[in-house]
Amino acid sequence: MTTSFVMLLAMGVMFACGLYLMLDRSLTRVLLGFLLMGNATNILIMLTAGGPGRPPITDGENLSAEGMNDPLPHALILTAIVITFSLSAFLLAMIYRSWRLVRNENLEDDIEDAKIALTKYRSTGEEAGTSGEYDDTEFGDEAQTPIPGALDLDEDGSPRERLRGAGDGFGEAVPENPTDHAEKENMTPEELDRHDEEGGR
Amino acid sequence: MLAALVPLPVILPLLGAGIALMLPGRRRLQTAVTVITLVVVLIISLALLFGVDALGTQVVAVGGWDLPYGIALVADRLSALMLVVSSIVTLLVLINAVGQEMADTANETPVSVFNPTYLILCAGVANAFLAGDLFNLYVGFEMLLGASYVLLTLGSTAERIRAGVTYVVISLVSSLIFLMAIGFILAATGTVNIAQLSSRLAELPPDIQLILHVALLIGFGIKAAVFPLSFWLPDSYPTAPAPVTAVFAGLLTKVGIYAIIRTETVIFSESDLRIPLLVVAGLTLLVGILGAIAQTEIKRLLSFTLVSHIGYMLFGVAMGTVEGLTAAIFYTAHHIVVQTALFLAIGLVEQRAGVTSMRRLGGIAVLAPGLSLLFFIPALNLAGIPPFSGFIGKVALFQSGFETGDWLIYVLIGAGALTSLLTLYVIGKAWNLAFWRDPDDVEEPTAELVEEFEERREALAAGKAWKAKPSVPRTMSLSAGAMVGVSVFVTVFAGPLWDVSSRAGENLRSPQTYVNEVIGHGDGS
Repeated sequence: MTTSFVMLLAMGVMFACGLYLMLDRSLTRVLLGFLLMGNATNILIMLTAGGPGRPPITDGENLSAEGMNDPLPHALILTAIVITFSLSAFLLAMIYRSWRLVRNENLEDDIEDAKIALTKYRSTGEEAGTSGEYDDTEFGDEAQTPIPGALDLDEDGSPRERLRGAGDGFGEAVPENPTDHAEKENMTPEELDRHDEEGGR
Repeated sequence: MLAALVPLPVILPLLGAGIALMLPGRRRLQTAVTVITLVVVLIISLALLFGVDALGTQVVAVGGWDLPYGIALVADRLSALMLVVSSIVTLLVLINAVGQEMADTANETPVSVFNPTYLILCAGVANAFLAGDLFNLYVGFEMLLGASYVLLTLGSTAERIRAGVTYVVISLVSSLIFLMAIGFILAATGTVNIAQLSSRLAELPPDIQLILHVALLIGFGIKAAVFPLSFWLPDSYPTAPAPVTAVFAGLLTKVGIYAIIRTETVIFSESDLRIPLLVVAGLTLLVGILGAIAQTEIKRLLSFTLVSHIGYMLFGVAMGTVEGLTAAIFYTAHHIVVQTALFLAIGLVEQRAGVTSMRRLGGIAVLAPGLSLLFFIPALNLAGIPPFSGFIGKVALFQSGFETGDWLIYVLIGAGALTSLLTLYVIGKAWNLAFWRDPDDVEEPTAELVEEFEERREALAAGKAWKAKPSVPRTMSLSAGAMVGVSVFVTVFAGPLWDVSSRAGENLRSPQTYVNEVIGHGDGS
């Protein structure tokens, strides 16, 4: 059986990229890696159906299966696609929940791991090798460069309000919505809250 | 006639799940539907076991498509036995979960997806046991894994999400490896039907057989938590709600073991990975139990013993003799029941005392003697104390090892005996610290524990009769008691169970009968 070299190459590249992404700490990348690897596997199964360009069913004149594409792998792929799809939906929901809970969608440190790291730290005086700042999240207004006008799904208010709550006086520097920035300038804090609530709905 | 029963353990839970999903607000009705479904499935599984044992393997070609082209559901003795054990376990754990749910309604919101998801898990397990082709086995795995993701992250608290991420990602990878293996096998042989594979794989060159064999085993090994692939298990299982942990610990890894048994006997009857499997089994035994020694949390400790005892089953499978397979099947049935009973008992402890850490518990045997007994009996059974089924299983395993007899197997028997002793040590430690010791010696006792013992002391000093607060719901303790009862039942009826396992083992050792029954069915009727 000869297979299409391009498909084979595509499969290999997708497997490689998928594996690379799955090894990352960021769960969004793990999800992307899973999607890539899932589709690479689908291509693998499709390649088993036979060479490219073959008809899916016989022409109806001579009823032999000669030169026909094997239909079974296609049925299998269909099932595999549905399964991958539903699982990635679940994974997305879980990643979002994880981000909501810890404000950080990275894989968390294992407590047991951290304990071991701590004992090492105590005994050798070296720094335990856990992650430093990881702030590459792309959700909501917590990101370093939030998308202007994006829906704010948090309960804790806009960055401006949080900063005002923290009392460091840099509230002016981060307007969450450029269009109504000017009219907010003249409002009392209570009015501002109400304004933001209405705007959020 | 009997063949008509074969698809029902898969179809009925799925139907039940659909009905339960349509009754979101009505908890009692939902529970009733779920319990009735599982009772019916249990009855059908029993009928299947007795029927298959008397009349031989039952094969159903789903949708009337002739085998080997159609999807086959095959119930042989091994499948039927596993179905019966899993139905008993799922039914009792469900009743336990209902009891806990009713008790916890005050502080946790009721979850209307629990019952439907649980039923889908049961359907997935049944589908995996009955699958007659590799792809259907994959679908069964995905059904039970998908349901297990939801059950593990139930309520989505921070802790469960953290554990859930590990579990989900690892399981997804194992499923991908399994699917890839199916793709390779399809490319090499042009079929996914297990009976056809049995003969077609044997015709392939040995090196290709080896690659396919190892790819399948890695996929199943992650699911069964076999040593180098087992680190996800103690990290993720203990955080789930207690009944969920019980059913996961009892069943899910054993589905992986079941798949490994099938792979080793029917699918790759020619390709031989005996020595690597024996080495891996020995490492699973030792590394698992050494992990358990280091734990202070009883749930984590039990998860490590779970990993460790997977090694016994793998040992039996790796030997590959009829006696070895028989012992592995017997041990699997025993271990499903005992491990579930232990986790249910620990669930009761958690319900009673609020924690399961050995550093914070003490004197439970005084506060709740009945509950302690429910932990004590399966604990001794797990460690393999003589009258119990754990002892019978281990002795049978070692005996068949001595009959095969080469030095590697003697090493394995030594590792098995050592693991058994260390299990006893670990279980004894848990018993001594959490149940037996004086509550004054506890390092960080919980406030409730201190208070309760204070009350007891005052009552005894005043000469009054002291009565413990019954803080465990009756449904929970009764179902846990029933589970322990089943584990004792396995001991009492070890003889008949051994006979069935033995006949199942003989079936497995002659894969040609399996092939003839499945393919012959397609030609004949």
